[in-house]
Amino acid sequence: MDALDPLILARIQFAANISFHILFPTITIALGWALLGFKLAYNRTGDVAWMDAYRLWVKVFALSFAMGVVSGITMSFQFGTNWPGYMEKVGNVAGPLLAYEVLTAFFLEAVFLGIMLFGFSRVPNWVHTLATCLVAGGTTLSAFWIIVLNSWMQTPTGYEIRDGVVHATDWWAIVFNPSMPYRLTHMLLASALTVAFLIAGMSAWRWLKDGGGEGVRRTLKAAVYAAALLIPVQIFVGDMHGLNTLEHQPQKVAAMEANWETQPHTPLILFAIPDEKARTNHLEVAVPSGASLILKHEAAGVVPGLNDYQGNHPPVTPLFWGFRIMVGIGALMLAVSWYAAWHIRRRGVDQLPRWLARILVAMTFAGWAATLAGWYVTEIGRQPWLVTGVLRTADAVGPVGSTMVASSLTLYLAVYVVLLAAYIAVLYRLARLGKAAPEAKPMFPLPGVAAGPAEPLEEGAKP
Amino acid sequence: MTPFIDPWWLPVIFAGLMGLSILLYVILDGYDLGVGMLTRLEKDENRDLMVASIGPFWDANETWLVLGIGLLLVAFPVAHGLILTQLYLPVALMLVALILRGVSFEFRAKAPPEQKHRWDAAFFTGSLITALCQGYMLGAYVLGFDQSFTSVLFCLLAALGLVAGYLFVGACWLVYKVEGELQKRAVRWAEWTLWATALAMAIISVATPLLSERIFERWFRLPEIIALLPIPIASATLFVGLAIFLRRPLREKDALSWVPLATAGILFALGFVGIAYSFYPYLIADRLDIWQAAASPESLSIILIGALFVLPVILGYSVLAHWIFRGKATHLSYE
Repeated sequence: MDALDPLILARIQFAANISFHILFPTITIALGWALLGFKLAYNRTGDVAWMDAYRLWVKVFALSFAMGVVSGITMSFQFGTNWPGYMEKVGNVAGPLLAYEVLTAFFLEAVFLGIMLFGFSRVPNWVHTLATCLVAGGTTLSAFWIIVLNSWMQTPTGYEIRDGVVHATDWWAIVFNPSMPYRLTHMLLASALTVAFLIAGMSAWRWLKDGGGEGVRRTLKAAVYAAALLIPVQIFVGDMHGLNTLEHQPQKVAAMEANWETQPHTPLILFAIPDEKARTNHLEVAVPSGASLILKHEAAGVVPGLNDYQGNHPPVTPLFWGFRIMVGIGALMLAVSWYAAWHIRRRGVDQLPRWLARILVAMTFAGWAATLAGWYVTEIGRQPWLVTGVLRTADAVGPVGSTMVASSLTLYLAVYVVLLAAYIAVLYRLARLGKAAPEAKPMFPLPGVAAGPAEPLEEGAKP
Repeated sequence: MTPFIDPWWLPVIFAGLMGLSILLYVILDGYDLGVGMLTRLEKDENRDLMVASIGPFWDANETWLVLGIGLLLVAFPVAHGLILTQLYLPVALMLVALILRGVSFEFRAKAPPEQKHRWDAAFFTGSLITALCQGYMLGAYVLGFDQSFTSVLFCLLAALGLVAGYLFVGACWLVYKVEGELQKRAVRWAEWTLWATALAMAIISVATPLLSERIFERWFRLPEIIALLPIPIASATLFVGLAIFLRRPLREKDALSWVPLATAGILFALGFVGIAYSFYPYLIADRLDIWQAAASPESLSIILIGALFVLPVILGYSVLAHWIFRGKATHLSYE
């Protein structure tokens, strides 16, 4: 394949932008609920340690939300600049779904975020708790619309094609398309685990430095417990998602397993170097009948192979490895979180072995890695289709030349590297400063909340 | 679902909503970007104050761009693709610049103090490049994406023109928002950029009818010309009136300091109405009209329900925010 193929470049550019963008919603979706948890714990116990935790992590939320917004703006342009054929063909379905995502996000941003970020001492406590709840609900709803659209692209239903253009016939079928419930649950749990390991890692980092106080111990414990509880659920849901994919997109599963022949007693390949030219695997290490057992729940189960879909299946190597990276990180998460939870349960946070805390620090961003690997599997796994069976990626790409795409891609990548470094540096700075960290600036002004000439509207209200 | 109003009207409504979003964006984020560029002229305390003057607003202002482009994307999918592939490079550059401008705001306050000047530089550069790219895109759009040498020259001129326009509205914002010596300097900035803005508007107004017979017809045909004359006359009057206003010393107790900003807003709106009248009902000059570009009526009516619910809230919130933070800017502190 030509290195300067505009289609590949357009795909890499879109992938770079959306990969950068997804990092931040992955954090804000679940962090909103974590903050609500801290807030409710504070309401119940009146313990200020929970409020210290809230104050620190709400700043991380504000920064992540801002990064998500600015990188999200890029996305609304990229549909047109890179994939003009996409909206031309499926705009009637994608348009309303995207519109609802944008409107939900704005509604939330405009109204409730300000109260959540700056309102604690200025509005009644229950209003602040409610705002936190609505922000968490809003980010989740935003994710819902995007997952609906993505799932519809994977398993489209509820439409008809008139004059070469997709028209919606049944919105219920479009929204609740076959893969949506699985993908949504899988993604929400991925977000929760990302945040659990983020909080656990940063709290462990602070704890290793100087103990960090009661707030740090609380969040470390809560995050480890949350991770230990959620990871088995995620493994179960991931398995169901895989079975759903097997039903609707068998070629994707075949590529994930690097399984070339449709056959009973399909082995589960642990390691291999897939060779697409020769249509075989090298250096294969496999468990006999393993894939048949996992996918068909019997050793003699017939698992579809790639050779049934020649010319119409995704590239094998990225799917095979992407899937193994995701599953590998998941297994590591299971081991680490269970072991840490067992230690904390028996002897308390302060007796946690330092080497285990260091592993938690090393896994601070493990959720990001697993989430990205998983999305690469599902998105590359849809190729060569952009919308399965409806629109090929190659038919949606725009007429823009390689040089232009390549130069703008370089620019984007350079900026993203700098921003990611700055983001992580600020995260650690916030964790080091703890509750003494500088207040975030108001994303949106709020009656009587931010500084300035405005008079507080809620004067006299007790927190 | 079946459309609840005459399908003919749906694209018209969406074109109107989109136009409104873009106009609001140009005025509102225009002053943010203008102030962003003007921060280079000041240092330390004054620079902080200038940033603080737009602090509570810029984020909400930027959402109008996402809404405008979002409406183009979902309501006129064909046009979105055609326009944005033509504007590929300026769009990419603008997005990077917008990202830089936006995150500089956050990082400026959260990064260690010794790194602040870097984020200040990113803030200025981001604002400048955003303005240049948007001006270039405006020029390219007006010319129907012609790529000849003279066209590119025109686009570069339009880029400088929009920078002047944003500096103008930014300076007017500062006249309204700050006091003392800084306010006096802002008046001077507004005076200089006013004429550059007037020149840029004049050039675009003359160029647009000349490049399309249809647009020429729309403007210089009886009886339309009589109905349309107020637009250029009002613009010219406002420019001259504001120039005279800015020459005179500032009023006692800061009275009327909002006048330049309001005038600048009206001028932008007049220019926008002019361009919109020239183009309507086309989204791309003489090639694609709003009915050809629109999504299906069923999809549009679904979007409309959500838009009618959310748009008034955002609009109301924007008005409320400007009302709450009326008066002079102070240094932001959050406790």
